[in-house]
Amino acid sequence: MKLKSLLIAATALTVSVPAAFAEDMTIVSWGGAYSASQNNAYHKPYMAMNPDVNIINDESSNEAVAKLRAMNEAGNVTWDVVDVVASDAIRLCDEGLAVEIDPDKDLAPAPDGTPASEDFGDLLVSECFIPQIVYSTTFGYRTDKVGDEPPTDICAVFDTEKYPGKRSLEKRPINNVEWALLCDGVAKEDIYDVLSTPEGVDRALAKLDTIKDDVIWWSAGAETPQLLADGEVVMGSTYNGRLFSVIEEQDQPVAMLWDAQVFDLDGWIIPAGLPEDRLKRAMDYIYFATDTQRLADQAKYISYGPARKSSAPLVGKHADLGIEMAPHMPTDPNNAKNTFLYNYEWWADNRDDLDAKFQAWLTQ
Amino acid sequence: MTDTAETSPVLTTRDGVPLKVSIARATRRQKLRAFLLVTPLLLFILITFTAPIADMLYRSVENDIVSETLPETVVALEVWDEGSGEIPNEDVFAALARDLKIAAEEKTHTRLGSRLNYENPGMSSLFRKTGRRVKRMDEGNYTEQFIDIDEDWGTPKTWQVIKQFSSPVTAGYFLAAVDAERTPEDGLGFKESDERIYLFLFWRTMLLSVTITVMCILLGYPIAFLLSNLPMRTSNLLMILVLLPFWTSLLVRTSAWKVLLQQQGVINDTLVWVGLVADDSRLQLINNQTGTVIAMTHILLPFMILPLFSVMKTISPTYMRAAKSMGASDWYAFWRVYFPQTVPGIGAGSILVFILSIGYYITPELVGGTSGIFISNRIAYHISSSLNWGLAAALGVILLTVVLVLYWLYDRIVGIDNVKLG
Repeated sequence: MKLKSLLIAATALTVSVPAAFAEDMTIVSWGGAYSASQNNAYHKPYMAMNPDVNIINDESSNEAVAKLRAMNEAGNVTWDVVDVVASDAIRLCDEGLAVEIDPDKDLAPAPDGTPASEDFGDLLVSECFIPQIVYSTTFGYRTDKVGDEPPTDICAVFDTEKYPGKRSLEKRPINNVEWALLCDGVAKEDIYDVLSTPEGVDRALAKLDTIKDDVIWWSAGAETPQLLADGEVVMGSTYNGRLFSVIEEQDQPVAMLWDAQVFDLDGWIIPAGLPEDRLKRAMDYIYFATDTQRLADQAKYISYGPARKSSAPLVGKHADLGIEMAPHMPTDPNNAKNTFLYNYEWWADNRDDLDAKFQAWLTQ
Repeated sequence: MTDTAETSPVLTTRDGVPLKVSIARATRRQKLRAFLLVTPLLLFILITFTAPIADMLYRSVENDIVSETLPETVVALEVWDEGSGEIPNEDVFAALARDLKIAAEEKTHTRLGSRLNYENPGMSSLFRKTGRRVKRMDEGNYTEQFIDIDEDWGTPKTWQVIKQFSSPVTAGYFLAAVDAERTPEDGLGFKESDERIYLFLFWRTMLLSVTITVMCILLGYPIAFLLSNLPMRTSNLLMILVLLPFWTSLLVRTSAWKVLLQQQGVINDTLVWVGLVADDSRLQLINNQTGTVIAMTHILLPFMILPLFSVMKTISPTYMRAAKSMGASDWYAFWRVYFPQTVPGIGAGSILVFILSIGYYITPELVGGTSGIFISNRIAYHISSSLNWGLAAALGVILLTVVLVLYWLYDRIVGIDNVKLG
């Protein structure tokens, strides 16, 4: 991937030489297939329209929060646009490390004239955050290891009698405690009320205790796909786009368990403290890259749902595989029968506290 | 004795200057020149290494954010008795309104909220929410208005936290780093057992690092011995084999261990095929301590082999021959003559391996599961995820102190002069 982005940068450099004054713009993202989809859907067309801009890819999104804080303290922000998950965007906004955005002024309206604030709707979860995609954290399972009755609901994860074997879960409390409480009989709408009490946290951990010996904990999104492909686990959670690539691109005997998938958002922020000219250029890029057509284009390369309502009808076929992408979107009605939306406010308050308890529980 | 000293003439140079003075003058000039020669490097190290580390370590006690963001409130809170069980009076709320209006203008209130949220969950949203509404507040009756925004303003706990962390330096991060906290009665106590984690992790980090060091000695010693006793040509070839993994990316090596060690991996498959292990009881070799020890021993092995090799290279074979000619058995000659001479190499290798392994976090994160992670994994989490740099710095200070203490102990027991890199 490093080589690839180097090549892309090198190609971009040669293309933009005639312009003589090509200015570099550093865009930070997650790397892998995700950066490739952004490169195809956003960067290439943007550079074609603006020959004086040269986009450099930096794959540092997973450490973006810490690096942005360090850059800000050093007074030397070298990034122009940064791709982060919504919870990180909220943290960056709270810390004053990201610029506030006025959606109706700074973002393109939908083709029918609907202002951006309505087109994005509830997904504008922070003043600094411009949503790009909806992804979900959900389960995949080995079709050859679940017997005649493949799992249909989330509680199969906690049912080691019917579905023996290891499961992979993320090494953090977020999502896991919600699923645990749901399968312990708590109604979906009461989950955060229960979790707000110490007894509720204990209850969630006690439920997770029942499968603790059967869990492999992951910290990188690529781990579950590898564990599923190697047959190390019978089911495991990860991002839906990763499972799409295991199932459709690598043809592994894996299927999706969409039940109780947790929607989360990924999108752009612009770092605070940029000089005037770079800020203007970053804003111009954001205006282009988050319009209705561009968001729909990205779904051709990766199975994440566009964040604008107006983009959904424009989602077409996968660029290489030629399959319809709509049924693979987490937001597709067939997949979204039972869903959660990441509770940003609650987790912003309780993330550190619960993480300490969760890590203590893990080490016991 | 004293007589001779008094009567003996003072040694002078030819021009009558006492020799001592003359030598001192000459060496002073030499010392100055030597110092000037190293000055650039010294400055470089001070500016790029020592100063940033000192700055980072200072964060473990730094806490001026509360008094800077809420200057009037902090002053007004001084008269409030935190043990009273009641919320502060109207003056404090009025001061808070004035402070927060300025803070919301400068957007520093959310930053303060995240800082206090480390101490008391809920502060983050409390400040975010209050900051949005404080601009529209009416004059007077602030207590009611604040409690109207969020009832947390009406609980003493909120105010206790603000008051407790209003001084510009705090011991709070260090307390958290050793699983302790301040109790409302102004005493100190350990956290509840389901929240304690750091002391245990420090202990495990030490224990696993020692295990890894011992494994490296056991595996590295015979290899270094072999390398130093083979003809140059063969030993060079073998040396490349030792160094080859050293030059491979850390992530590649760690991932390779995954492929080898997992339950459906190469080693388990082979054991099942040979019949040593039943198919349904495959060995758990990864995602636990075993995985961490195996992968890290492999990664750090060159750091043991290289110092051992360079020390063994300098030991003349004649010693062994001499011992044997005087009737020592092979083992006796090795143990009494050869081995003691290699101790400095073991010392150097052990220090290198031990100190490197204490700070490792990528490998434990990937292969350590839950029982094989180190304290450095939590430091990395607080630096990059939770942004609680104060706690990360406090954990770092403790780790650094532990290493220095161990180094001091090592010096007392083995002697640092006995360490040789070649």
